[in-house]
Formats: sequence, C-alpha cells, structure tokens
Amino acid sequence: MAGLTHCPTGIDGLDKITDGGLPAGRTTLVAGGAGCGKTLLATEFLVRGVERGEAGVLLAFEETAEELAANVASLGWDLDRLQAEGKLVVDYVKVDREQIDMTGDYDLEALFIRLGLAIDEVGAKRVALDTLEVLFAALDDTARLRSELRRLFAWLKGKGVTSVITAESGGGSITRHGLEEYVADCVISLDHRVSDQMAVRRIRVVKLRGSTHATNEFPFVIGATGFSVVPVTSFGLEHPASTEAVPTGVAGLDAMLGRGGWFRGSVTMVSGESGTGKTTFAAAFADAACSRGQKCLYMAFEESAAQLARNMSSVGLRLDHWMDEGLLRVHANRPTELGLERHLTTVYEQVELHDPDVVVLDPVTDFTALGGGLDIKALLMRIVDYLKNRQVTAVFTSLNHPLGEDTALSSLIDNFVHLRMLENGAQRRRSLFIQKARGMAHSHHVRGFELSEDGIDILDAVAEAAP
Amino acid sequence: MTDSHPTAGDANGASPGPIGTAGAPGALADSPPPETWELRLYVAGETPRSAAALANLRRICEEHLAGQYSIEVIDLLERPQLARGEQIVAIPTLERRLPEPVRKIIGDLSNTERVLIGLDLRPER
Repeated sequence: MAGLTHCPTGIDGLDKITDGGLPAGRTTLVAGGAGCGKTLLATEFLVRGVERGEAGVLLAFEETAEELAANVASLGWDLDRLQAEGKLVVDYVKVDREQIDMTGDYDLEALFIRLGLAIDEVGAKRVALDTLEVLFAALDDTARLRSELRRLFAWLKGKGVTSVITAESGGGSITRHGLEEYVADCVISLDHRVSDQMAVRRIRVVKLRGSTHATNEFPFVIGATGFSVVPVTSFGLEHPASTEAVPTGVAGLDAMLGRGGWFRGSVTMVSGESGTGKTTFAAAFADAACSRGQKCLYMAFEESAAQLARNMSSVGLRLDHWMDEGLLRVHANRPTELGLERHLTTVYEQVELHDPDVVVLDPVTDFTALGGGLDIKALLMRIVDYLKNRQVTAVFTSLNHPLGEDTALSSLIDNFVHLRMLENGAQRRRSLFIQKARGMAHSHHVRGFELSEDGIDILDAVAEAAP
Repeated sequence: MTDSHPTAGDANGASPGPIGTAGAPGALADSPPPETWELRLYVAGETPRSAAALANLRRICEEHLAGQYSIEVIDLLERPQLARGEQIVAIPTLERRLPEPVRKIIGDLSNTERVLIGLDLRPER
C-alpha cells in the first residue's frame, strides 16, 4: 500500500513541518484554545487552495460569512469574490441553543447533506469545519454527537476531500471532547502563550501518519499575508523592487551611493570590528527616518534603550527625542535570553505591532550565540524575506560580517558596507568602503570618516586602493 | 416530494375546533381567533427514526391542536438547499414556523411533554 500523499497547503512553513502538506483526501484536526488562530488556519487553508485551483467549502459554526470576510479582508483575502467566482462556499451553520429543544434520538444527516451540497456546488477539493465545539454546546447527548462526528470524518474521507476540522483544546487532552481519537491521519495543535510578557504562538504536529514530520513546536506568526511558520528557509524572490531611495542618515554615504540612499525595501549589512562605529551608522539611519516622520523599529541586542540613547547623543543623535515622539521604538533584549525561534517571533511581532518604515537589527552577530550556523542563516533569511515583503528598509550590523561568504544569505542582502580601523603611523583612523550596493553605481573608494558631535562625517578618500 | 398534511384533509383529525384538554394552554384562548400552527418536519429519506418522529408529531397535534395545524414533511435528500436555508443540522428536526418566533425541536419527538414545551403549548415549569 502506497503511503499517504500530501496536499501542499500553500501556507507558509506549514508544508515544511508536515513533510509536504496535510494528508491528501484525509482529515486533519486542528486543536487549540480561543484566539490561537484556528479559524485563520482553516480559512487560509481554503484560500491557498483556491490559489492552487482547488475549490473549497467552509462550514462556519461561529462566525457568519460576512464576519469571516471582514476579519480576513486585511490579509488581502476577498472571500466574497471567491464565493462569487464559484471557488468557495461559506456556509454559516447557526445552531443556537436558545432556539432549539431536544427530545429523543437524532443524527447529523442534515449537516452531511449541507456539506455534500456545498462540495458539489463548487467541486470542492478542500473542506474546513470551524469549529465543532459549537455543536457540543448546542446539542444534547454527547455520546450521540461523538459517534456522529466519527461518522462525519469517515464520510469526508469517502468524499475524497482534504479537510481541516478545528476544535477547542482543553480538559487534559488535545481536544476537549477527545475528537483526536477519531482522526487517525493528522493532528495539529496550536498554542498561544504569554511568557515573559510576550505572546508567542506555537504550532506542533502531534500526529501525522506515515510521515517523518518535524515533532518540535514551531513559532508562527499571523503576519500581513496570513500564517507564517517560522524556521523555514523557503523564501521567494518576488519582492517588489522599489527605486525610491531611503537616506542612510549620513550625507557622505548618500553621496557615495550616487542615489541618495538605500533603495526602499533593501537590506543593508554594516559590518566591522568592535568599536568601528557600526551602531552609530545604524542609529544615524534610524534618526534620519524619524526626522522624515517615518517610524523606526530598532532591535537592540547589546544595549538597553537608555544606553543606546545616551551613547548616540554624544554624536548628536537624539534618539530619546524620537522615542518620546513615538516614532522610534527600541526593543532591547539579549538574544541569549530567548530561544532562536522566539527571537524571530519577537522581530515579527514588533514589526507587526509598530509597523515601521525602517528596521535596525543591531547586531545580528549576537544571533550566533543562539545555536548552530545553519539555524542562524535560516533565521536571518526569514527575517530578510519578511522585511522585504513588507517593503521595510533595513540595516543590520554585524561583527566582521561572518555571513558574507554565505551565498544564499549574501544574495538576500542588497548592500554591504564595511567599516575598518586603519593604522596609519601612530594613528588609527576610521574608514569605510561599500563592498556592494545592488543596483547602484556606487563609489569604490575607501573613505575615511570621523565621529563628532555633529554625527558621521565622511572624509575625502584616504586611499585610492580598490577593495 | 413534499408531503403536506393539512389537518382539513387528515382522516384522523375530524373533530372541529380546539380540544379543551385539562392542561390546555391559556395562550390559545387568549390569542386572536383561529391561530394556525405551521409545522415542518425535516427528514432525510425514510428512516425508522423519522417515521417515529412523524407519528409522534401527528399524535401530539391531534391531541392538542386538532384543526389548527399543518405539517409539512421535507425530505432534505430531495431539497438539500433547505438544510442551508432553514439552518437545519440534525435529523429529525421539527420546526414551528408559525406562530412566531420560530422554534426547533431536534429528535424523534418521543417525549411528548418536551415537545409540548418546545412548541409553547405548555408553559415550562
């Protein structure tokens, strides 16, 4: 007997941790508490299905079709249009205990009929039921209900549709009513925890028949385009390419670039040894964004917000002022205090929360304290990919850009600026060069620079030697 | 197709007017002249449970609503879109369409007392 085939859901990251997708033609149970993203997962499963040419049916027990459509509109999903185009059926199943009396034996045949009708209407390949808990609240005779749901799962299998069924977690088992007993093929658990005053969403594949699925918990975020399960290196190259220049905050550097700044949505790595001024460049970039009235998220991994503000005030950058104005948000924590995935989650969540125009990660080097090199690369790729998709312009700082040789990451980083301290006789002088600035006819000169109360001053070329 | 059972044509229900049983609801007497109870029973094919529900319903109506009710039996296998339109999930479901508000009673209607309460023919105690 051949193993299960997988139905790629199209949900970012989920297919990776399920070894290629949910079991095709089978039922997947998605369990979780209130507000953990069950409805969104079920809905996205259908929306992504339509994108792949697979029509879908959503039996919604908790929200009306209108409410659902309104809730996901911000993610760019137009459920009304999908329905009008005959690619999706949303059937709101209203079972209101207030209007229902019970007497004697019953079955759920009417629900089967409704579902069958909807499946036939659009030729659905995907079905989602969200959430079965409502039936337990509305109907008597739990034993009868459970046996009917067991029949429903078998019926769905017989229909050959790939289905996602959501249920509340609780009661010491995966789902409150033990429905996982009836779903042999795939069980996924969602979790929304708050620890260290930080909310973290996690997903875990509890059971997946015939597969070497990843068993860990993975953080996920509900981003601008839906679900995103984090530790995955699947990234696309479909980012928009803006020609809008975002000033670097250093006039001399803008001039060296020839375009007046970094391209919007690009990612710049400022690297250099300790004490070369990486943070100052990052802070100048943040300061410039705020002076234009833009929002900046500054992820500080070595200094507290107060330290950063104090240190930068010595070079004429008033970060505290922008913090007060609400334009600059400094989120300071040490990577070692958090798990690797938590860390990425934090970046995601801060971006979602603050909706910045520019982002600084200072430094990304500290991520190496968190784990193996492979993980770090994957993590940074995810961050870069995410920021680019949002068209956020980002500056990372890095100690001696240890990632420079990595072709995959290097291809994602648009610009490299390298800072150095050059010994010249008895003096050490600061200098920089642009190793790469994608899409710009930038200077190839090594330039000296000085830090003063007025900021960063790029000097005339100190050496004509090309890098 | 739809099996309609207006009382007028029902061989069993010959007695005119409401039967005044001991526990007859005041609601009936208070209501403006002949109120009609429009009932629908949703079934899916011919099953023993559905047959039992219909038999129970007919008996209860004859005893308490003679001459004042109509029963429409809807087979959802034939009219599946009504399951969606009328928000039916379970079989059998009895729907009191009139008088309003609409009420639903799920099950084989084996407990007469509960049916009477569900239909508002007997005040809930």
